[in-house]
Amino acid sequence: MDPSYVIEGVGLSRSFGRTRALSDVSLAIEPGECLGLVGRNGAGKSTVVSILSGLRRPDTGVVRLGGEPAPPVGDPAAWRRRVACVYQHSMLVPTLTVAENMFLNRQPRRRGGVLRWGAMRTEAARVLRDWGVDVPVTAPAGAISVEQRQIVEIARALSTGTRCLILDEPTAALERAGVRRLFSRLRPLLDQGVGILYISHHLEEVYEICDRVTVLRDGRHVVTAPVADIRQDELVTAMVGPEDPLAGTATTIEATPTADPDAEPVLSVHDLRATDARGTVAGVSLAVRPGECVGLLGLAGSGTTTLADAVAGLVRPTGGTLVVSGLPLPPGRPDVALRRGVGYVPEDRHDRGYVAQLGVGDNITMTVADRLTAYGVLSPRRQRGAARALAARFGVVSAGTGQAVGELSGGNQQKVVVGRALARDPEVVVAVAPTQGVDVASKRSLLGALDAARAGGAGVLLVSDDLADLALANRIVVLVRGRMFAEFTEPPWDREALIAASEGLGGPDEDGTDEERAQQ
Amino acid sequence: MTNASLDEAVAAGWTRRRGAAVSLVQQFALIPVIVVLCVVGAFVSDSFLTLTNFTNIGQQVSALGVVVVAETLILVTGSMDLSLQSNYGLSAMVAAWLVAPAAQFGLGTELNPLLGLVAGIVVGGLIGAFNGTLIVKAKINGFILTLAMYILLAGVQTGIVSGHTIYHLPKAFIALGAFYFADIPVSVWVAALVFVVAGLYMRYTRTGRALYAIGGNREAARAAGITVDRIRIGVFVVGGALAALGGLMEAGRVVAVTANQGTNLIFTVFAAAVIGGVSLNGGRGNMLGAATGVVLLGLVQNILALAQVQSYWIDAVDGAVILVALALSRVVGGERSTE
Repeated sequence: MDPSYVIEGVGLSRSFGRTRALSDVSLAIEPGECLGLVGRNGAGKSTVVSILSGLRRPDTGVVRLGGEPAPPVGDPAAWRRRVACVYQHSMLVPTLTVAENMFLNRQPRRRGGVLRWGAMRTEAARVLRDWGVDVPVTAPAGAISVEQRQIVEIARALSTGTRCLILDEPTAALERAGVRRLFSRLRPLLDQGVGILYISHHLEEVYEICDRVTVLRDGRHVVTAPVADIRQDELVTAMVGPEDPLAGTATTIEATPTADPDAEPVLSVHDLRATDARGTVAGVSLAVRPGECVGLLGLAGSGTTTLADAVAGLVRPTGGTLVVSGLPLPPGRPDVALRRGVGYVPEDRHDRGYVAQLGVGDNITMTVADRLTAYGVLSPRRQRGAARALAARFGVVSAGTGQAVGELSGGNQQKVVVGRALARDPEVVVAVAPTQGVDVASKRSLLGALDAARAGGAGVLLVSDDLADLALANRIVVLVRGRMFAEFTEPPWDREALIAASEGLGGPDEDGTDEERAQQ
Repeated sequence: MTNASLDEAVAAGWTRRRGAAVSLVQQFALIPVIVVLCVVGAFVSDSFLTLTNFTNIGQQVSALGVVVVAETLILVTGSMDLSLQSNYGLSAMVAAWLVAPAAQFGLGTELNPLLGLVAGIVVGGLIGAFNGTLIVKAKINGFILTLAMYILLAGVQTGIVSGHTIYHLPKAFIALGAFYFADIPVSVWVAALVFVVAGLYMRYTRTGRALYAIGGNREAARAAGITVDRIRIGVFVVGGALAALGGLMEAGRVVAVTANQGTNLIFTVFAAAVIGGVSLNGGRGNMLGAATGVVLLGLVQNILALAQVQSYWIDAVDGAVILVALALSRVVGGERSTE
């Protein structure tokens, strides 16, 4: 009943069918406080967000806003005035302009209900200027960058004058500099007394921005503590559960540099040039040897993803050559790349990683369907057998190989995606952000699978800016603006140096890079 | 200024200019095509560039235009309605059936013609309400549902008059399609009014903008407090009523309702909307574009007729021209495949 909380959930429970997503969870946020909410996938974080933002009704329990009872769930407009929420999925309308998105369904009107377009644009531009983002308000929201979209959403959410902000994994799609900028914008809000609920998979961010942290596990509240009083390994233990052997070790993987420097490379990239919506590669050469994992680090737009897509045949290079196991790859032919032994884990699993409506079995055997035929016809018996074996090998937890992948948790979906890429026992594995948005246990299992492929003799090209992923690498290549900027060859990796290099600071100078390039 | 911020500034400026330029180009992409068609028409026949001919074209496309407005409203919200064509035929048929004497295959009620027109529009709206409710509330796939309705309604249209045509309609009943006001057919006035009102509604009202939000990102629309379900059903109701109005205009123009009024209309409706830049994926398109799409198709049909193209070949040429227009509007940035 305390009016000193901007938002308060008491004894929240919610079931979906027979699954109990949330049992008796309580949390409260004071003005000017940032509360972190962490937990593995399926711990109930999303359910808490949907209840606290008025999208779902709790089975039991109540939500209070500033000490008053919350509006009814059927009145989203009333909720928007009290709670600002930025969801994981963009809640902008891509086809409408930035200005109109800022004022969606509350556009300024003249008497008689006629919209005032000019006033709307001016006001939107003013709000965004206050936020320090230079976004053309007349551009369609679909055409601006992910980071700008996020700022627009936060600015929109807060422009209603609400004192409560919920951020559901706001940094999932941001590069590190973007995260820093986001935090520098959140701090003044906290100083002004806005209360923030911050959901993230990145524990270091929780330590950076949050005052207190609440851990959920299996829909239950485990612990709430000031971040100063809880160590990161304690936090991981709380998330994973004490009985789980993974507790406390979730982010450490021993790198074993076993690559033979004289071995013939399984993948050679020479002076590659390519451009797509994700970035430009302006002449990069590198080689991956059998049993070697090369990390590829760079900001969004630096060309790392484009390079990976080019190797997988999804982007047609404008110049340079790609050689896999001694044979040049024809440009823009993903089917040939696959047959020649390139396994690919795409950046966005929802878009390109799996077919949501198809079962685990159909998805995970997708790359090996040609090997599961009898007289040219797909054999259901052989497919089932292969699917079971693969699901077991990659630890996919599902109700059976027939369950649609869309129904699985994020971690299990990603296991299917990685399993699909590794099912052919490829000689080259190209993995882009393979552990993005998955919980710590799944992360460990995914990295284990990639490392097993490497240990088995495959060359792994690992595009990631997650340092836990890069622990797998034998060396790390940093791209800046489509060119190789630095190369790190001696683990363990210096976090600060890697980040600085990816920002184009402090790495070796241009000459040194050229020499390294010439050596390959 | 550092390189990075310079690049960003340049990129932002570029996007801004490009954004404005692209939307302008899209708005008026079809104007050059229409000009070219007019030049071609002038060469094909001396009678092309006459007021009478343009009045003819206007009268011929006005009923189509009203249905295009209906389909555009529905498409922008991310749905589609194939049954508008049968609604267009059946609503006019029901109206005529209620008005015409039993000897002329009417029901025998001989309703007041004005009430008959109202009844037709009410029937159209009810059919729309039925479609909309099943699609939105019962979550039946819109394509399949309206395809079934398209067949069902066309069957009813033929059934109630046993395949006959209702002629001898009262004057008041055919006023919409056959009368003139200030030397211009009433149907053209009505169609123009419908286009203007719909265009202003979509541009200058909150619910009009909500149509775009629903078609562009339904979840975002819901989160912004838009009553998504109600508006989606509403659009089907308005669309149905407009299709009925179009059918009544057509009935007035030909001074009869045939058992197959409306046949094949829906393909032209979709073609006009898409040529005019309305997205089949929802969230994109406006009435100005839709109107240019309608005018373009009307001109093509008129020129084909004036050029005395063998009637056996008219459909083929018509289809080829639609294909070219689609390719053209794709080049200047209209509908693209979802890749």
